[in-house]
Amino acid sequence: MGRYMVKRVLMSIPLLLVISFLTFVLINLSPLEPAEVVLQSQGVPKITEELLEQTKEELGLDKPFFIRYIHWLIDCIRLDFGESFVTGKPVWSLIGPAFLNTFKLTMVSSVIIILLSIGLGIICALKEGKFIDHSVRGISFFLTSMPPYLLASLMIWYFSVQLDLLPTSGMTSYQSYILPVTVITISYAGIYFRVVRSSMLTNLNEEYVLFGRASGLPERLITMHVLRNSLQVAVSVFCMAIPIILGSTVVIENVFAWPGLGSLSVRAILSRDFPVIQAYVLLLAAAFVVFNTISDMINAAMNPKLRNDL
Amino acid sequence: MIHLLEVHQLKISEASTGKVIVHDGSFQLKQGSCLAIVGESGSGKSVTCRAIMRLNKPWLRQTGRILFKGENINALPEKEMRKRRGKNLCMILQNGMGAFDPSSVIGVHLKETLSEHFGWSNHEIAEKMKKAMESVMLKNPSEVLNKYPHQLSGGMLQRIMIALALVLEPDLIIADEPTTALDTISQYEVLEQLIQLRERLGVAMIFVSHDLGVVKRVADDVLVMKAGKIVERGEMQTIFLAPRHPYTKYLVSTKLALSNHFRRLMEENSVAES
Amino acid sequence: MRVVKNLWKDKLAAASFLVIMVTITAGIAAPLIAPNDPNEVNMNLRYAASSWEYLLGNDHLGRCILSRLIYGIRPSVLWVLVALFISVFIGAVLGFAAGYFRGKTDALVMRMCDTMLSFPGYVMALAIVGILGVGLENILIAFILIKWAWFARLIRTSVMQYAEQGYVKFAKASGISDFKIIYQHIVPVTLSDIAVLSSSSIGSMVLQISGFSFLGLGIQAPNAEWGMMLNEARETMLTKPELMLAPAFAIIIVVSAFNFLSDALQVALDPKLVTSKKRSFGTNAKNKLQEKEVAS
Repeated sequence: MGRYMVKRVLMSIPLLLVISFLTFVLINLSPLEPAEVVLQSQGVPKITEELLEQTKEELGLDKPFFIRYIHWLIDCIRLDFGESFVTGKPVWSLIGPAFLNTFKLTMVSSVIIILLSIGLGIICALKEGKFIDHSVRGISFFLTSMPPYLLASLMIWYFSVQLDLLPTSGMTSYQSYILPVTVITISYAGIYFRVVRSSMLTNLNEEYVLFGRASGLPERLITMHVLRNSLQVAVSVFCMAIPIILGSTVVIENVFAWPGLGSLSVRAILSRDFPVIQAYVLLLAAAFVVFNTISDMINAAMNPKLRNDL
Repeated sequence: MIHLLEVHQLKISEASTGKVIVHDGSFQLKQGSCLAIVGESGSGKSVTCRAIMRLNKPWLRQTGRILFKGENINALPEKEMRKRRGKNLCMILQNGMGAFDPSSVIGVHLKETLSEHFGWSNHEIAEKMKKAMESVMLKNPSEVLNKYPHQLSGGMLQRIMIALALVLEPDLIIADEPTTALDTISQYEVLEQLIQLRERLGVAMIFVSHDLGVVKRVADDVLVMKAGKIVERGEMQTIFLAPRHPYTKYLVSTKLALSNHFRRLMEENSVAES
Repeated sequence: MRVVKNLWKDKLAAASFLVIMVTITAGIAAPLIAPNDPNEVNMNLRYAASSWEYLLGNDHLGRCILSRLIYGIRPSVLWVLVALFISVFIGAVLGFAAGYFRGKTDALVMRMCDTMLSFPGYVMALAIVGILGVGLENILIAFILIKWAWFARLIRTSVMQYAEQGYVKFAKASGISDFKIIYQHIVPVTLSDIAVLSSSSIGSMVLQISGFSFLGLGIQAPNAEWGMMLNEARETMLTKPELMLAPAFAIIIVVSAFNFLSDALQVALDPKLVTSKKRSFGTNAKNKLQEKEVAS
């Protein structure tokens, strides 16, 4: 087991390197000259060749590509992502707190989504084809066809404006969490609940369930076995749910003016603030890889068969 | 003569479409005897077996009377039925690999089953299982108990099921194609163990197979099923020597053709050698 | 033919199919169908209620909502379908190459996919839009770049299943050219898997792309797009919430229609996909994981 863990962690390092390189390349592919963007955003009235050269030198943009990548990478590992083109502040001072805010929102939502989908998945699988199964699936089907931003707008309109119960936007108290978390939960629980349900159903049709019943085991014990096997599949999916939600709160954050990564990144894109975009992409891709590794490890711990694969 | 199991007019159909899968089947099983159910796949053999255990899928409806020791178990409440499963009626499945929870060690299932029926302590269970496993020729029983299903072979898992049946001492064992998924050597071993199990416990057995050669070794009586109907029944020898139904004739003839071919080959060999 | 028949039996699927066909036709023929110019500003008609000339009323600039809705089909649905088609095509070419030839081709394609898939979809899209600038084309390019890897991987799995089959091996052994084998023996059988895969991601793609336009990263004013119409309506949500109705219904109806159809398609095409998932427990988790990515 220990060996597996070490191997799995080592395997993710080259992937992280490739990702960092790609991120760097992507930003450098941009048709815009970064030095020009910097000067423009600083409000320099007339951009001369000379000024451009000077800025390039300041930013280290005149060095060869690969050297620049190595320097950039070392800086990134030290959480130094440079300075924002727009505000001139260190990128980490912008993205650090924003990441934390988004992370909080994601974790709260993920926990609720996971609990809800496990609960509903179990109920619907055990009551397959019954009224409750049909109605839960019908509702979730309808909700997945609903744009999350529309749901968010409707909720603001109803709960915050019409009923004046909850704050419309921002992150001021625990109440601020209610609406965004609800919207994220509604848009994602449907998907994950279906994973749990179908994995439960697959397992309920396995021979070991038949043999368990034929041996006279009580349903309670059989359900526990089924649950354990179904959740194995679900766990890796859930682990990946966290970074996916982390990356896709963009729309929700913008509707609720949540001071997180989503709002920051959209602002950065609209103002073409490359260091911020770069840091954002790198951070989330890294989170993705980390969670992927964790999910594989949990899976290996739960499923003895997979351990031998690596 | 008292019958251990009497099945009267067992009819199994799909609840939604009403399509009949098994037509009014009736048969009896004497205490300690072995009945083979033979037929091609889809003929309703397995469904009949599961109907006796009352373990068919919920979308299948079964009607008729199933008298086990004189009691109609088809009308029994689920809770009562569950007590009889394992304790009185044991099942041995075709695919040993699928029959145990893949993420628990083998011992877990055995422990759960035995403590459910007898309330034994872990220590008692381990002792009894070890003895039973040794008697079905499984080496290092305590090691095997701590293995996951995927670490053991199909034949071993089959013998573990037989060992469990040995400890449970049921009145009836339903073996649903227990040898079909095995290679020839394991097939032979498992068959031997099943025969010994009968001798040791004096237990009655329903043995489902599509292989007449295997059936001939274990069974006293045979039922031949085709498309959900029982087309022929009788004693093993009679059916082999004088099959009446064309389907049975066909089954027997293919079996004979094979062994004749084999015999001819052997004779040719011995001629060549001499 | 059997598939079409099965689909037709399912009333809901038939209705969905009809909705989609009508939508697509309306989108293509927008200039013929739309009663007014969608971008014509008419300050006298701001927030006007529905009338014979403007059936769904007018928006905050007095533009005809119905016409904007019809023209909005193009970026909201038609272009999404084009992007989907391109990414499926790229994914299919690479997936077939990887799944059929295996070996080095396979390793290379899979490494590429792994890398692409290690970026969460939304983040990748934002990154590309960040680099190329805002605009619908760039969003579509971003989506093609994200999705091909996902399709390539799933199509490869499907191809591998069939490439291992006896008749394909036999064809190989008889010296029939690889191209011909793929074309004659593998494409027809994998087609149903591909259809199910791609149809199941249309709904979420429509939602996501409209989401980007909602954020102002997609199509730019004054062009009509449903997500953007919703965003415009949101600004007057407190006083005129009814402006949200038309684009909201349009998007919900079209997305549900696609989802229903894809569900029905899956059933109609015989649950091959389901059984193949059951067979391999390990890859199952990964497949589902990617399923989630599409949904994200």
